[in-house]
Amino acid sequence: MLGPLQRLGRWGLGVFERLGRGHLFLLRILLSLGVAVTRPRLVIKELYSVGVLSLLIIAVSGLFVGMVLGYQGYITLVKFGAEEALGSVVALSLVRELGPVVTALLFAGRAGSALTAEIGLMKTTEQLSGMEMMAVDPVKRVIVPRFVAAFISLPLLAAIFSAVAVMGGYFIGVGLLGVDAGSYWSQMQANVDFYKDVMNGIIKSLVFGFVVAWIAVFEGHDTVPTSEGMSRSTTRTVVHSALAVLALDFILTGLMFGDI
Amino acid sequence: MTPHRGRLRLAGFVRRETPPSARAGIAHRPVQRFPPIDTQPHNDTLVEIRDLHFSRGGRPIFKGLSLKIPRGSITAIMGPSGTGKTTLLKLIGGQLKPERGQILVDGVDVHRQGLADLYRLRRRMGMLFQSGALLTDLSVFENVAFPLREHCKLPERLLRTLVLMKLESVGLRGARDLMPSELSGGMARRVALARAIALDPMMIMYDEPFTGLDPITMGVIVSLIKRLNDALGLTSILVSHDVQEASSIADYLYLISDGQVVDAGTPDELETIASEWSHQFLKGLPDGPVPFHYPAPDYLTDLTEGR
Repeated sequence: MLGPLQRLGRWGLGVFERLGRGHLFLLRILLSLGVAVTRPRLVIKELYSVGVLSLLIIAVSGLFVGMVLGYQGYITLVKFGAEEALGSVVALSLVRELGPVVTALLFAGRAGSALTAEIGLMKTTEQLSGMEMMAVDPVKRVIVPRFVAAFISLPLLAAIFSAVAVMGGYFIGVGLLGVDAGSYWSQMQANVDFYKDVMNGIIKSLVFGFVVAWIAVFEGHDTVPTSEGMSRSTTRTVVHSALAVLALDFILTGLMFGDI
Repeated sequence: MTPHRGRLRLAGFVRRETPPSARAGIAHRPVQRFPPIDTQPHNDTLVEIRDLHFSRGGRPIFKGLSLKIPRGSITAIMGPSGTGKTTLLKLIGGQLKPERGQILVDGVDVHRQGLADLYRLRRRMGMLFQSGALLTDLSVFENVAFPLREHCKLPERLLRTLVLMKLESVGLRGARDLMPSELSGGMARRVALARAIALDPMMIMYDEPFTGLDPITMGVIVSLIKRLNDALGLTSILVSHDVQEASSIADYLYLISDGQVVDAGTPDELETIASEWSHQFLKGLPDGPVPFHYPAPDYLTDLTEGR
């Protein structure tokens, strides 16, 4: 009778314990952020592996998402004779929602899981312990540069994703389906507001970048140093990041566009 | 210790020519002892553990462990697998916190230090991990240079000289450009040893340094531990369950089991005065106070009750 309740209680305690550990870890990261300024080379090196190496998947995905948006948008708009509005539909969908959200999901899968695996493997092979014993703080030397690089990379990748996707929509809408090129760009220019749409999209991607980076480095650092533990940590990074991004997107959208 | 003093010592160390036979550990030449340069107030004990209590997952690992590590000696801490030997090194290094008790290193209570002070203390400690714990994305040279780059702002030429001297002392100057994935287990441990002495520490902790090595490599590691300890005036703490190798170089042995020190003494003393348990451990006897069988119900009952 009490067995399931006990298990539920233990599970609940475990969840709160991990949340506590995660927040304390974040506090340590934030207190050590100065190293990103004093040793920018560490961050630049990570920017390459976290950001630059994610460019291909982001650009290709952006192109296809833009092409699908252009196609689907045209099919719907043409029924109302409003296909000239395709540019604004594509751009608004991208800068407000799809750009930050899809980039964050792809980033969690490509770079977040890689960060977790790398840090987790360093823990498993005692490299982090070895650094501690050499009086080198692994949070400053390993975690903070990766955290900062991920935080910087995501908004930039989201911007690239949106730009490539707008071009994808253009190829389909203008190049293939015959929408007027002037209408495509002018509608976009007229209906996309820099502060309300673009800035809000940037804020979203900054928040997503922070959360995905935090989850990825924490899962790596907190991994159980076994092969099974590593596998669980990388899975958790992708799943928790995706859920956090989608939930935060809902909340942020409500806060940003709730007054309309 | 200032880097200047460390370099002087190391220069003295590498000047001596060591024949290949000794390097391979085939014959142990008597090693010339260099007088340790020590301006600290003299104290014979470098590490003191007092009434240490530590448990993990509800299982007690140490139940009031107390021991002293004399300065300038090689002290081996031995015991069966699972007795917490590696845990003890992590406690000494401040990576784990005891529930009760004190660990003093050079008179400093390790677990009463703030993070900055603890890291300052760790600069004077070296540790050789069982796996080597080399940074896999750095070459052998960069691995040894790592602590120097992190803590000292040295000109590149001087840093190169220092790294090559450390690598020469473990016989791997020629392997400087290899990556850790290209090294054998023994070579990785020697590189890790060169890295451990990079900052000229006052002590080195060795975590199972002989495990999984072929006889020649084991001889090399045994010889290196002894030679480095003597030539650099170090204090070495050796955690191992390899009785022969540890006894051959240790000045003093502690045998631990069930969270406490069971016996202690020089290797010769333990030969004669060791308890029954220690006798079984040192001789590698399959049965004795540590039974061959894991505790289980009566054999016959166990076999028949399934019918």
